[in-house]
Amino acid sequence: MTLIKQLSAKAWIWSFIGMVLVWLVTAIYTGGKGSADVITAALSFATFTVIVGIGQMFVITTGPGNVDLSIPSTISLSGAVAMKIMGGSDAMLIVGFLASLGCGLAVGMFNYMLIRVLRIPPIIATLSSSFLILSTAIAYGRGLKIKPPPLLADFTTAQVSGVPVLAVVIILFAVVMSVVLNRTLYGRAVLAIGQNMRAAWLAGINVERIRFMTYVLSAVLAAICGFLLSGFSGGASLNMGQEYLLASIAVVVIGGTSVAGGKANIPGIWGAAMFMFLLVTMLNTFGASAGIRLIMTGLIIVAVITIAGGDEPQR
Amino acid sequence: MTASDGTIVSLENVAKHFGAVRALDGVDLRVDPGMCLGLVGHNGAGKSTLMNALAGILAPDRGVMKVHGHDLTDRYSVAVAGQNGIRCVFQELSLCPNLTVAENARIFHPSLTGWGWKRRAGDMIAGKLDEIFPGHGIQPDDIVGDLSIGKRQMVEIARAFTVTDASLHLVILDEPTSSLDAVTSKQLLDFVRVEVDQGLSCILISHMLGEVLDYCDRIVVMKDGLVVAARAGAEFNRDTLVAAMGNVVEMEEIEEHEAREWQRGKTPVAVEAKTDTGNDWAPFIAHKGEIVGLAGLAAHGQTRMLLKIYEAAMRGRKTATVSGPVALVAGDRQTDGIFHLWSISRNIGIRSLRGMVRRGLIDPVAEAAMGREWQDRIKIKTPDMNDNILSLSGGNQQKALFARALASDAEIILMDDPMRGVDVGTKLEVYDLIRDEAEKGRTFLWYTTEMDELYNCDHTYVFRDGAIVADLTRKELSEEKVLQSSFKESA
Repeated sequence: MTLIKQLSAKAWIWSFIGMVLVWLVTAIYTGGKGSADVITAALSFATFTVIVGIGQMFVITTGPGNVDLSIPSTISLSGAVAMKIMGGSDAMLIVGFLASLGCGLAVGMFNYMLIRVLRIPPIIATLSSSFLILSTAIAYGRGLKIKPPPLLADFTTAQVSGVPVLAVVIILFAVVMSVVLNRTLYGRAVLAIGQNMRAAWLAGINVERIRFMTYVLSAVLAAICGFLLSGFSGGASLNMGQEYLLASIAVVVIGGTSVAGGKANIPGIWGAAMFMFLLVTMLNTFGASAGIRLIMTGLIIVAVITIAGGDEPQR
Repeated sequence: MTASDGTIVSLENVAKHFGAVRALDGVDLRVDPGMCLGLVGHNGAGKSTLMNALAGILAPDRGVMKVHGHDLTDRYSVAVAGQNGIRCVFQELSLCPNLTVAENARIFHPSLTGWGWKRRAGDMIAGKLDEIFPGHGIQPDDIVGDLSIGKRQMVEIARAFTVTDASLHLVILDEPTSSLDAVTSKQLLDFVRVEVDQGLSCILISHMLGEVLDYCDRIVVMKDGLVVAARAGAEFNRDTLVAAMGNVVEMEEIEEHEAREWQRGKTPVAVEAKTDTGNDWAPFIAHKGEIVGLAGLAAHGQTRMLLKIYEAAMRGRKTATVSGPVALVAGDRQTDGIFHLWSISRNIGIRSLRGMVRRGLIDPVAEAAMGREWQDRIKIKTPDMNDNILSLSGGNQQKALFARALASDAEIILMDDPMRGVDVGTKLEVYDLIRDEAEKGRTFLWYTTEMDELYNCDHTYVFRDGAIVADLTRKELSEEKVLQSSFKESA
C-alpha cells in the first residue's frame, strides 16, 4: 500500500513541482514584479482547462483508445446556444444554463451512439461528431456577437482579494469528483474497465452503461466550460474551444493519469493546468517569439511526461 | 564439478527475495541429460521463481549457477539460456496474441529469414504440433488471440520443442497440463517421455501428482523456498509425495466425500439452457443447491455455455433461464479475471461493492474486512492483502478470484476450469468450500478439464463440438463414459 501510495503521489506531484519551478523562474526574471497577479491569472484560465480535463480524464481512464476529441466543438456549440437563448438577460440565466447542459447531454449521447451502435473507434467517432457539432454551431452562429448576461459575466470574473471565485468553485468541484473517482461504484467501475474491460464485465460491471455515462459526463463538462467561458470572455466565438483539444489531453497526462487506462488522479489536473499556463507566461516574459514558445512548450511537456511517467504498470 | 560430467544445469544455494517474501531461500538443483525431473510443491513454494531463475528472467540474489559445467552466475540472461539450449514453457502464456501461430514460432528462431520465412516457420510449428498433439486442429496462420487457452498452451509447448540452429538440451514445462484436457495431456507426457529417452532433459512442474509419479525419473519437492525432498521417482508414491509436500489433508478424503446423497429435481430449477447448435442430447439443467459438471475435451463449447448463462443473467435476456444473481470464476485469469493495477483486497471486493456502499460511498473498512476474511478462509499466501495482486503466485491469484465469487451475493456460481495452477491441498479445501456452499443452497456450474474434479459433481453434462452429447448422473459417471462421449464420431 505504501508503495502504491508513493507511486500515485509521485504521479501528480510532478505537475505541482513543475508549476512552482516555472513560477519561481518567472518571478526571478521579473524581479518579483506582478508575481501575485500571474497566479491570479493562472487560476482564472486554468479553471476552464480543469473543467474539460476532468471529463477527458474519465474518458481516457476507461482504457486504451478512449478519448473525447469533440470537446472543443462542444464548448463552442454550448457557448453559442446559451448566449443566443439568454440574449444578455439575467432573467434567462437558468434557461441558458439548462440549454447548455442539454447540448452536452445530446453530444455525449450522440458520441456514445456512434461508438456503441455503429462500432466506430472513439477517436474517429468523436472527431467526426466534432465536425457535425461545429457546423451546428456555425449554422446557429448569429448568437456570436451577443454579450453575456451581466450576472454571468460578473460571476465568472469575480475575485475576492486576488482569488477568482470561479476557481474556488471548481477546486471544490475537483474535490467532489476525486471522491466520485475513488469512493463510488461509478469511479471504481471506470478504473476496472480501464484495466481490463472483459474482466470488468465478468466481475459483474455493466460496462456499456459506465462507458455511456463517461462520454456523457465529458460532453456535459465541456458544455459547462463553454457556458462559463463565454461569460468570462464577453461572449461566445466559434473558435473559443480550439485550444482545449490538446490542453484537455495534456493536463490529464501531465497530471499523472495513465494513458493505458485504469489509473487516474484529479489533483494532478489542477497542477498541470496551472503549469501549462505559467509555462506560456514565462516564455512570454522572456520575450520568446511565437515559434520558440511553441517549441519550448512542446519540449517541456515531453520532458515532464517522461519524468512523471516513470512508473508504468508492470505488464 | 567439471564440464565433462555432462550435467546440463546445476544450481547451488540459489536465493531470491522479494522484499520480505523469501521466494527462494538457498536451493540446490541438478539436471542431468536424459532426465525428466518433476518439481512439486504448494502454491508459493517457489517453483515458478526457481524456473524464472533458470530461464534467465530473474537474477538470483545469491548462489552459483552452472550451465554445462561453466559458471555463468553473473552473466546469465534469457539470451544466454537460449544459446545453451534451455527453453521454458510458462504458466502465464508468453505468446503474442496479435500474431499468428507461425509468426510466434519465428520469434524463437532468428535464423529463419529471407523469402518464405513465414511458410517455413509455419511448416516447422505445424510439424511439431502434429508430432506432439495429433489431431490438434490448429492452423499456422491462426491468430493466437483467437485460440482457446488450451490451444494457446499447445502452441506454446510445441514452439519450445522446435529446433533450428541452436541445439536443445532442457525444456522447462511450468504446469503445462493445467490448461489441457485428459487426452492432450497424455499426448504431451508421452511425447516428453520419448524425447527424454532420446537424451533431452525436461523439468515438469505440476500439481497433478499422478503425472509426476508416472513420468518423472526424479522428483524434487519444494516448500517455502527450500527443497525439502529430492529422490528417484520410483521411491515416491502418492501418499509419501503428499506427506513430503507437508500436506495434512489425507488423500482418502476425496473418496470419503465422493457420495453426497443427491436427489435430482427435489429443489427448483436454477438454470436451464440449450447450446446454440440445436443438437443437444438433453437440455442443460441445474437445480438449486446442485453441483453440475461440464465435461468433455477442452474448448468444445463448455465456456460458451457458461458465458451464455452469464449473459442471460446480467442482461436479463431470455436465451437461458436463470433464477438468481450469478458470479463467474475465471480460469484464464490474465484475460478474464485479475485487475493488474489493484491490490488483492480490491480484486476480491469488486464483485461485492454494492453491498459495501454507506451513504453513497464505498466503505474502505468493509472492503478491507472482506479481504482479511477471505485471506483466512481460502488461505491466500501474502504478508499484506493491500499488496498488488501480481505479487501473488499464479495459484494464489486464482484463489483470490475464487474469493471474489464466493464472497459475493451470487446464488449461482459459474466456474470456467478454475483450478489451473492450484495446488492439491488448496484444491481439497476449495472442494470442501464448494460443497458447503452447495449445502447452503448455492448452485455451482463447473467446467473442468480434470477428470477427478467431476467426481465432486452431482450431475455431469459432456460437451462435444459445441453440443451436449451426454447427460450423466453421479452414479453413471466414469472416465470411460466421458471419454467415449467426447469422441463418439471421430473415433
